[in-house]
Amino acid sequence: MGLWYSILGILVLLLLVIVGAEGMGLYALFTIFIPYAAVLLFVIGFIYRVLKWASAPVPFHIPTVSGQQKSLSWIKPDNINSPFTAGGVVKRLAVEILFFRSLLKNEKIELEAPHKLLFRTSTLLWLGAMAFHWSLLAIGVRHLRFFLEPLPDCIVVLIRVDSIFQGFFRLLPVPYITDFLIFFALAYLFFRRVVYPQVRYISIPSDYFVLLLLGGIAVSGILMRVLYKQDLVQVKEWVMAMLRFQPMLPKGVTLLFYIHLFFVSFLAAYFPFSKLMHMPGIFLSPTRNLMNTSRSERHVNPWDYPVKVHTYAEYEDHFRDAMKEVGLPVEKE
Amino acid sequence: MSEESGKDKPLEIDYTPPARSWMEPAVEFRKGTYCYPAAPKHEKYLDLPNPREWQPAEGDWKLPENWKETVLKGMKDRLKHYRSFQLFLDICVRCGACADKCHFFIGSGDPKNMPVLRSELLRSVYRKYFTLSGKILGKHAGARELTEKVLKEWFYYFFQCTECRRCSVFCPYGIDTCEITMMARELLNLLGCNINWVLEPASNCYRTGNHLGIPPNAFKSTVDFAVEEVKDITGVQVEVPINRKGAEILFVSPSADYFGSPHWYTFLGYLLLFHEIGLDYTWSSYASEGGNFGFFHSAELAKRLNAKIYSEANRLGVKWILGGECGHMWRVIHQYMDTFNGPADFLETPVSPVTKTIFDHAKSTKMVHICEFTADLIKNNRLKFDPGRNAKWKVSYHDSCNISRGMGLLEEPRFILRNVVPEFYEMPENTIRERTFCCGSGSGLGSDENMEMRLRGGFPRANAVKYVQEEYGVNLLACICAIDKATLPPLLEYWVPGVEVGGVHELVGNALVVRGEKERTTNLRSEPLNSSVSPSLPETVS
Repeated sequence: MGLWYSILGILVLLLLVIVGAEGMGLYALFTIFIPYAAVLLFVIGFIYRVLKWASAPVPFHIPTVSGQQKSLSWIKPDNINSPFTAGGVVKRLAVEILFFRSLLKNEKIELEAPHKLLFRTSTLLWLGAMAFHWSLLAIGVRHLRFFLEPLPDCIVVLIRVDSIFQGFFRLLPVPYITDFLIFFALAYLFFRRVVYPQVRYISIPSDYFVLLLLGGIAVSGILMRVLYKQDLVQVKEWVMAMLRFQPMLPKGVTLLFYIHLFFVSFLAAYFPFSKLMHMPGIFLSPTRNLMNTSRSERHVNPWDYPVKVHTYAEYEDHFRDAMKEVGLPVEKE
Repeated sequence: MSEESGKDKPLEIDYTPPARSWMEPAVEFRKGTYCYPAAPKHEKYLDLPNPREWQPAEGDWKLPENWKETVLKGMKDRLKHYRSFQLFLDICVRCGACADKCHFFIGSGDPKNMPVLRSELLRSVYRKYFTLSGKILGKHAGARELTEKVLKEWFYYFFQCTECRRCSVFCPYGIDTCEITMMARELLNLLGCNINWVLEPASNCYRTGNHLGIPPNAFKSTVDFAVEEVKDITGVQVEVPINRKGAEILFVSPSADYFGSPHWYTFLGYLLLFHEIGLDYTWSSYASEGGNFGFFHSAELAKRLNAKIYSEANRLGVKWILGGECGHMWRVIHQYMDTFNGPADFLETPVSPVTKTIFDHAKSTKMVHICEFTADLIKNNRLKFDPGRNAKWKVSYHDSCNISRGMGLLEEPRFILRNVVPEFYEMPENTIRERTFCCGSGSGLGSDENMEMRLRGGFPRANAVKYVQEEYGVNLLACICAIDKATLPPLLEYWVPGVEVGGVHELVGNALVVRGEKERTTNLRSEPLNSSVSPSLPETVS
């Protein structure tokens, strides 16, 4: 059900850009207004959401401890999984954010017999996620060549490494390594949602939708590189003009470019309202970004308020006779 | 009842998801799978809203007129007060890595027991009322109307989560279903929908100082009884001070230790240990509970119950606090107590009176775990052991959820065990330490009426125990949690007959060579020692 709705959603977007750009010639809308609006929405929405989280307090100290605490001097504490220094927290977040460490711990359970569990290591999801996110990053960095003049050396190197296969094919254009990676990673992430009954059961329309949207962006991008070349010099001129706020229409581009750009714009605008906000969210996750030092440093709850308690005096009033009967000391005779 | 029916017919586990979407609320209150609601007298005693007689399986839950606004307002409040709540509702990508990490899902196959869907039960309502896409796109954005059916589903599934936090170890963003469950329970509380197995102990604790409702005179006689028993077994007369002002240390343990079995033997172990090192300490009848069932209700009730520990430490004028073997008690003490009721500036940084070790890691809370304390004694050679007295046991160790994932106390109990038992075997790596499996009965779900669910939830733990039983002949599962000690025995009896449950300090007490003791012929359970293995030691070892 959700799957069909999200496919429908993508087709609607596709139709919009085909009819709008190719049919009605609304080039300014698709290459100037929508991109500007999308970037604006992205920036404002992103900041708004992060500030909203940040403005909510963390009343209690709740790291998910996953290693030995720092206690006795002769027991080796685990500063990454049970961090007790700021450096430990940074390391914990770093391995989490750069290498998806928790996901790497993934294991699958199976029933070997009706009542016998089997644990299998399961790294496919981790591989898919790593391939997708890292290629997305590399592709994003590669696109900086449209935004920067002169091009920093690191980007030149990245592009050269990424297009290493090009060396074998002098004439034909070949996709970047990261193009292959992101395509197959997205395909895997999409098909696991469709094929595995349990993952399918938990998926809602937006889960398929973002994967399809990203897939549309990747495929249109790859097609522009290998089959339908655009005039990249002209594209860069358009980008630079947009950055100077002296917008102009891009020249030397075809429908594929409009599709690519519209999908990217849509993704940017959609980002702050979606689960894609997991990207900044992980930095704020209180189970991952707190030190396990709650017995040595007091954590303050900013909205703490006094509560009704049963005081010792009330307790003794209630039980004084019983206490005296067995010789327990009392405050008031 | 349900236990017997479970025994006749092996529990079936099927992981195939149903055809019907989870978005349509559906819940069946089948006997054996849910807990009885809280009796109104306990809710009244604690001044909680909407006390009434009601039954989950009946159609009419006697909800207040404006229940929906109450829940939505409660949700709005909590979104403002808890970053965790907001964040965890917003950032889940439904990758499914948490799905088969939950013991209730593994044991039941019910997809709504996957942590992701458990949260989604609440998240879908959040979307409907608090997000733009949910308001506009409705169910296409995964949003659901808050209806009575949804509420009933919440009650069923959020009292089918033991707040063990195993899922949050595997979640790439650290989403902690425990936080979601806590919030969901707080929302249900606003309507008076909590369970008796949480609120009866909580109201007992409020009144008498402990969950079991033991008044001070009965507490004293149970202690006297233990003193007698220690004397019978070891020939040693121990002193057990209660409410003694001016003691150096206040000792707080879960009340099950002095009233439950097999907790009792751990209790005897504490008494022997404290006697042997001549500890200047006291028990308290007012703070006669380390556990905190308020924690399974709300942060507020947790704070109300927890307050008496510091207040009693202050009244008695002790220097610091030592805490016994308990799971969730230590989650509260380690991660919450100082925030709830601190700063405890009237106490001092704990220092072991025997070894002079400074427990710097507890310098703010001023409370030390007994395993930290004992491990330090052993490391400094202050205790003599005869591990042969534990020779009848082949021991494995169950990390309780809160101790491992809420605290990180992993090596201390293992170090102690290796010193006091001759044979110690670990369960498989995927099932211990931070990946430990819950007993299936934590967070107030250890009641008899939901035995089927407990057996299902405890299946992964039992399965790992079965492995070490078959592999190494393990016959004792040691643990340091009062709920474990109460709920693992029926669990193991069902899944792994022949494995018993005991506390770490029971084993310490067995092995501890106490000055002036007679030659022991039994362990603390009054079971004969295996004389062929246990070498007799001279009576006076100094």
